[in-house]
Amino acid sequence: MTACLLSIEELSVGFHTPEGTARAVDRVSFSLDKGETLGVVGESGCGKSVTSLSILGLIPSPPGTIESGCIRFEGRNLLELDPEALRRLRGREISMIFQEPMTSLNPVIAIGRQVAEPLMVHHGLSRSAALAQAGEWLDRVKIPAARRRLEDYPHQLSGGMRQRVMIAMAMVCRPKLLIADEPTTALDVSIQAQILSLMLDLKNEMGMSLLLITHNLGVVAQTAARVVVMYAGQVVEEASVVDLFDRPFHPYTQGLLRSMPQLGARRSGGGKRLKEIPGIVPAITETIAGCRFAPRCRHAFDHCRAKAPDLFSVGVGQRARCWLKHFPERRRSDA
Amino acid sequence: MLRYLSKKLITLVLLLFLVSITVFSVLFVLPGDPAQIILGINATPESLAALRADLGLDRSFFGQYFDWIGKLVVGQSHQSIHYKMPVFELILSRLAVTGPLALMAMVFAVIISIPFGIYAARHQNQRGDVTVMAFTQLGLATPEFWLGILLVLFFSVELNWFAAGGFPGWNANAWGSLKALLLPAFALGVIRASILTRLTRSSMLEVLREDYVRTARAKGLRERTVVYVHALRNALIPVLTIMGLQLGQLLAGAIIIENVFFLPGLGRLVFTSIGMRDLPVVRDIVLLMATAVVFVNFVVDLAYAYVDPRIKLR
Repeated sequence: MTACLLSIEELSVGFHTPEGTARAVDRVSFSLDKGETLGVVGESGCGKSVTSLSILGLIPSPPGTIESGCIRFEGRNLLELDPEALRRLRGREISMIFQEPMTSLNPVIAIGRQVAEPLMVHHGLSRSAALAQAGEWLDRVKIPAARRRLEDYPHQLSGGMRQRVMIAMAMVCRPKLLIADEPTTALDVSIQAQILSLMLDLKNEMGMSLLLITHNLGVVAQTAARVVVMYAGQVVEEASVVDLFDRPFHPYTQGLLRSMPQLGARRSGGGKRLKEIPGIVPAITETIAGCRFAPRCRHAFDHCRAKAPDLFSVGVGQRARCWLKHFPERRRSDA
Repeated sequence: MLRYLSKKLITLVLLLFLVSITVFSVLFVLPGDPAQIILGINATPESLAALRADLGLDRSFFGQYFDWIGKLVVGQSHQSIHYKMPVFELILSRLAVTGPLALMAMVFAVIISIPFGIYAARHQNQRGDVTVMAFTQLGLATPEFWLGILLVLFFSVELNWFAAGGFPGWNANAWGSLKALLLPAFALGVIRASILTRLTRSSMLEVLREDYVRTARAKGLRERTVVYVHALRNALIPVLTIMGLQLGQLLAGAIIIENVFFLPGLGRLVFTSIGMRDLPVVRDIVLLMATAVVFVNFVVDLAYAYVDPRIKLR
């Protein structure tokens, strides 16, 4: 019944550095249905932002190049679109919200104009008509006295307010897909929940799809239906939110979940220390023969270090890039 | 705004006072007696003394200083010793050359530097960028007077498009006057353009990496809008500062270029006046130059506040 809106197939993105080509994204595949919310989770540098930027063709090039794969949006391969067609897609059918509301708005342009711009360029609205709609949108994202703030500049707004402006700016053309790259990371915790619920309300109201990129599993639990976990440029696990939290398969996912602080855990668990994942993410210029997580994995055995695993199906709608699927006896019990 | 203006005005008055004291002291101790220079080496001591008294040179340091400042404050002009005319008139007639020359030089500098700076930034490390940078290097390394001479050689002597020098005067021949300023303004503009091109490029490179430029692209704005509206306005802020400094410097007169092109500008006036020990002229010109620099900086501040809303004039 649902149709696929966006599908990324075997996407690889490389960056040319003096030390050689770094593969920031390595054969990443996932898809997003109409009206669906997909969470993409992983730590800094795992390639989640690069993946999202490549959808809009915003990878800085040079040094970045899309090496292979395809990104289909409503059946069209975005990587084959000419720059002008891609530009017309941006902000109209696919919008993006960025992590840093402090630096993502232009400091020398009034916010009304910044919100109105997509309407002027995509719908050909006059400046005054676009500004009037921008005012309505600022109102919708709950900016107090919105119409009087059209002439304000970003430095006159708080971080949360700026992110609301970013949301209004992304929504004005009623896009089919909203990509939110760490939309709440830079905000105070109390503001985070407000911004998230605002985004979800608007999403449901307008029936658009949401690609939510975050390192925060809590955010994913609240919002997404399905989750893709990325590690060192690869998808390591994909599952529904329920499955991911109930029975994570990949040792990295398990590690992520264990390293999440839980309210009340100290009382019930007798003051256990928060578990961390030992080691660090490999540099993306490193070539690793086997599984990329093997050096940090407590279950790893010879086979893991010799041969890279594929994404194996490990349940209904659940896939994991781990040899434990075929060697379940190697899984060590929790110490 | 009003507070800002009054603050600027007080600064200006204080600064002019300090400049006046300094200029006056330096000229006071400067060797070379104006009376001696006017009358020549064969003058009798009596005639020298008479002339000194006539010029007020026999009075004390403060007597002479207050004589100068007092007259300036009430807007009265001194008499030039050498030109035998009011200093104000003299300066005004020279400013009619230097003012337009400075403005034209800046126009050249701006229309060359901004487009090339943007172009170089957008094609960083590519052939176009390297070429532009090589030319700015050349522009920076070329002495003004030499470029002036080359321009005269080519456009005046070879092509005969311009006069090789001189200035007909605005009233006598406005078009000819404009033409007379074109080559020297270009010679002055090229060096300033080289500096501004490099500055625009580096400033633009920095700004193009900013998050808000990525936001502008993500909105689907045309590349033109992204570069000329979203990026340029931010990139111009540091460029404006240097433009202001350059304009102030140019208004103070371009002694060398004015000499190469035989232009009766402020630079040449101050140069000959120092040689002639025409102290009333020198003093007033230096004061005027200081005022020009302060005034241009004031205009730059206004421009800042216009370009960047974060800057409040206080």
